[in-house]
Amino acid sequence: MRVNLQWLKEWINFEFDSDELANKLTIGGLEVGSIEQIHLEAKGIVVAKIIETQPHPDADRLVICQVSTGKHDHTVVCGAPNARKGLMTAYAPSGSVFPDGRKIEATKIRNILSDGMLCSSYDLNLTDDNKGLIELESDAPIGSSFDKFLGLDDVVLDLELTPNRGDCFSILGVAREVAALTNKNLNSYAFNSVKAKSTEKLSVKLSAEDSCPRFVGRVIKGVSNKLFTPSWITERLRRVGLRKINPIVDITNYVMLELGQPLHSYDYDNLSGSINVRYGKKSETLSLLGDSVIKLDSDVLVIADDAGPVGLAGIMGGSSTAVETSTVNIFLEAAFFTPSSIIGRARKYALHTDASHRFERGVDPEGQIRAIERATELIIDIVGGEAGPTTVYENAQYLPEAPSVVLRRSKLESILGMTVEPEVVESIMCRLGMSLEKKEDSWVVTPPSFRFDINIEEDLIEEVARIIGYDTLPVISEKCTQKLGISTEKKLSEYHVINRLVERGYSEVISYGFVEKQLEKSINPDSELVSIINPLSSELSVMRSSLWPGLLGVARRNLSRQQSRIRIFEMGSVFCMKSNKISEKQSLAGLALGPIYSEHWDFDDKDVDYFDIKSDVESLFDLTNLDCEIEFLSAEHPALAKGKTARILKENKPIGWIGELHPSFQQSLELKSAVIMFSLDITSLLLHKVSVYQQYSKYPSVRRDLALVLHEDIKGTEVVSCIKKAGGELLKEIKIFDLYRGKGIESSEKSLAVGLILQHTSRTLNDTDIDKIIGAVTRRLKDDLGAAIRK
Amino acid sequence: MSSVTQLLKQAQDEIVAADNQASLDKVRVKYLGKKGSLTSYLKELGSLPSDKRAEAGKAINDAKNSLMSEIKLRQSELQADSIASKLLLDKLDVSLPGRGQKPGRVHPITRTLQRITDIFTSAGFETRIGPEIEDDYYNFTALNIPENHPARAMHDTFYLESGELLRTHTSPVQIRAMQNEGAPIRLIAPGRVYRCDSDLTHTPMFTQIEGLAVGADISFANLKAVLYEFVSNFFEREIELRFRPAYFPFTEPSAEVDIRAESGEWLEILGCGMVHPNVLRNVDIDSEKFRGYAFGMGVDRLAMLRYGVDDLRLFFENDLPFLAQFS
Repeated sequence: MRVNLQWLKEWINFEFDSDELANKLTIGGLEVGSIEQIHLEAKGIVVAKIIETQPHPDADRLVICQVSTGKHDHTVVCGAPNARKGLMTAYAPSGSVFPDGRKIEATKIRNILSDGMLCSSYDLNLTDDNKGLIELESDAPIGSSFDKFLGLDDVVLDLELTPNRGDCFSILGVAREVAALTNKNLNSYAFNSVKAKSTEKLSVKLSAEDSCPRFVGRVIKGVSNKLFTPSWITERLRRVGLRKINPIVDITNYVMLELGQPLHSYDYDNLSGSINVRYGKKSETLSLLGDSVIKLDSDVLVIADDAGPVGLAGIMGGSSTAVETSTVNIFLEAAFFTPSSIIGRARKYALHTDASHRFERGVDPEGQIRAIERATELIIDIVGGEAGPTTVYENAQYLPEAPSVVLRRSKLESILGMTVEPEVVESIMCRLGMSLEKKEDSWVVTPPSFRFDINIEEDLIEEVARIIGYDTLPVISEKCTQKLGISTEKKLSEYHVINRLVERGYSEVISYGFVEKQLEKSINPDSELVSIINPLSSELSVMRSSLWPGLLGVARRNLSRQQSRIRIFEMGSVFCMKSNKISEKQSLAGLALGPIYSEHWDFDDKDVDYFDIKSDVESLFDLTNLDCEIEFLSAEHPALAKGKTARILKENKPIGWIGELHPSFQQSLELKSAVIMFSLDITSLLLHKVSVYQQYSKYPSVRRDLALVLHEDIKGTEVVSCIKKAGGELLKEIKIFDLYRGKGIESSEKSLAVGLILQHTSRTLNDTDIDKIIGAVTRRLKDDLGAAIRK
Repeated sequence: MSSVTQLLKQAQDEIVAADNQASLDKVRVKYLGKKGSLTSYLKELGSLPSDKRAEAGKAINDAKNSLMSEIKLRQSELQADSIASKLLLDKLDVSLPGRGQKPGRVHPITRTLQRITDIFTSAGFETRIGPEIEDDYYNFTALNIPENHPARAMHDTFYLESGELLRTHTSPVQIRAMQNEGAPIRLIAPGRVYRCDSDLTHTPMFTQIEGLAVGADISFANLKAVLYEFVSNFFEREIELRFRPAYFPFTEPSAEVDIRAESGEWLEILGCGMVHPNVLRNVDIDSEKFRGYAFGMGVDRLAMLRYGVDDLRLFFENDLPFLAQFS
């Protein structure tokens, strides 16, 4: 809502400047988004009259105008289509300056000396209308300064009104608010009821009386809508962002801005029969201004005549009855439509208008007659005509009833945390136009008809608080019973996990929860998509079922920005749909590509592979200190390379994946080097086993190394568990320290070198002990896995 | 026995001259070895008259002891020299960078969220989390935003084909917590939220943290106190705050809070208010017995203010040079 201060000052007097006003409004709850100074950027422009025109001898489209500024006449060559004798307009004499800094000088135009320029609204940077010269009323003061005449020394405040303050969508409403906030009175205003000069009236039926409990209409005949709207009206409209259309429409807009009551004018001659306010029908259509045609429905309130709908109630009028410059007879409407009958309808048709905005939030149910009278007065004044009687159709039982709200002093004081004297409450209520009935320790308050937002005690408490000023309210710390904090060790926080990965060289990234449909589909072809109906772009239209699409996106972006070594991770929600139910879980995923270490003077720059990243994943499980078994099982995943992929299991339950990105993906995403990725269900990482001390041996340990030759398919983990079974309790640790394939080993076999660490808890081991264990281990390896000792 | 003295002198010169272990060994063998010169004097001792034997013996022994200790001394000197020259060869350029994995970075939003969480947890607010996909009831209706309420338009909601929606705030977490735990309650609810909006200051996903305290004596004055304290703790300096009336369907009275930037302008950082009695009613808490305050803030916005980031979108572009700055 844009408020122009010159206009506002007609309604309330105040001495403070615009900054201070803006501050008062903002801290009073009407947030001022911006303060715009309105002035004429051009210098030296005067009001002038074209007293004579004659065609240019050398140019068909140019006219030679004699322009009077009162004392002097000037010859000006002009190409505007509306340059005509008698026109009052804006004249830029030699020496004046245009907004773009251009200095106006006398110049020859096709051999005729033009002394200055006549201006369009566009030339002076007032509007973007460059179709013709500015047209001013015939009684504009010739020779006076153009900016003084238009009052181009104004300020416009842009208010960001909250949905509950529909009452402030007008100059009157803001003036009332300024009065309440600053404890002043509004300037007294009296509207003259315009006496009817004819008996012409249009009958109105309120079929939907619960949605439109009041409808005020008036017929005005014999207007000259070809005249133009005085500049004081069009200027005010311009400053708040409305275009000039024709006098009747400009006036109805003007009254809406001033009083907050939307009005609509119909071409009376194009209405057939009487008016009916009713709900639409499925079969009906309505052609709107701008010639779009919409299909109506039974939940849309319409204004209809005998031939059918002529307007969307409270939103927009139809084109067939629109008021044009040729219109002679009009029918004016000022109705009260209930918010619930308008809410959502404008959005449904994507027709957000000034009228619908106001009706949705609630207009004053008592404001219709006032608006009709004000509009009639202006119309007759400006375009003439004869008014019929103001006719009111209503069913008062459906008009909103002002609630009686009880305000208890005790509740007020306990919520604000302060004592409030009764006189203060009463004075505030009075300033806000609330009527008050005093009871013992409470009041029964009835809000004025324009306030739709006062329904419960807390609403009144907020009113008291904001008039006192939020900043004046006390600041008191809570009385808390002391409670010690918890430092849990059995549960890990996500930050432990984050910090572990950060220590290991990963940076955390955050990506959007929705991803590209194609990428999501190809990474998880089997899962059903969780699709967004109204995505920001069709690309980002499904929720992620894993964090990989996001990580891959970040990796690509960084690679294209000269980052050749990437180690990133993300923690976030992932979504999956199973038999129409969406489940959501917390996931952790990482991605690494490029050299293991950042380039170093003493390292070779080997690229990361599966085992580098596996160790990072293992380090996460190390956080938990749990005894349970974590397995990495060879598996296949649509996004990962076959043979370089493992499913991660915890106690036989799948909890994640690790592997190298499938080469075809790598290619299609234009990633140059191998990409290793992992993902884990984060809940698998957040339990921690509290350590329990166990006695450890202080006797020397002994190491025996075995070089085994086994079949290619036998997994390292199988070897380890076989050795464990045979090794008994003296076997403390098994290290796999070499893997060899090639010369000396059959092609279907491999050689694995393992180190066995043996130790006794209470004595030093002797050769007999050791030989016994090693013998048992080698036998078991041979029996179970067919492993031979390499010679 | 001047010859012993002479021999001693000669040996001493040779010890000093020996510049490595081998030549020192040679000197030792030459004078003190089984066939060494001094040893041969000792052997000749028997041929001396008995009255001179003792004196000569002592002189020879003295010379021997003296040589032995000098050789030892020289030996340690040589050893020290050899270590020193070895070290000289192995000298490091200590200015070269260290070896190993360099740490990565925690995302600045996570870092900010963690700080905010720490500040409130230390005051007894417990963290509660909830799903990002919500239904209409928890995201709107329970929060006193009925269907067609103009406030719904403020939220620019993403809807899913399943009929659910992406939560527009973490307030549903408050509703669930109050339903499950009743009053009194003190919690914070961090998490990602979504609104279909994208420009310099809006991203379609952002991070929010909300707080709620419901109790028998909670007042607006308490809310002001907790937020004053939070803001000065978060920015680690005293900051001027401005509370101004605002509108949220789920609080009444409602306020927006601005901080005074160093430039002097007011910057909005959070919204808050006293929990609306309809919200308490929706979770079966008696609004005559209990009152509460609630607040909600954009973590991303606070991170921008804290670290001087001027474009919100940078947080989600995740450029490594950007992330690297937040150590």
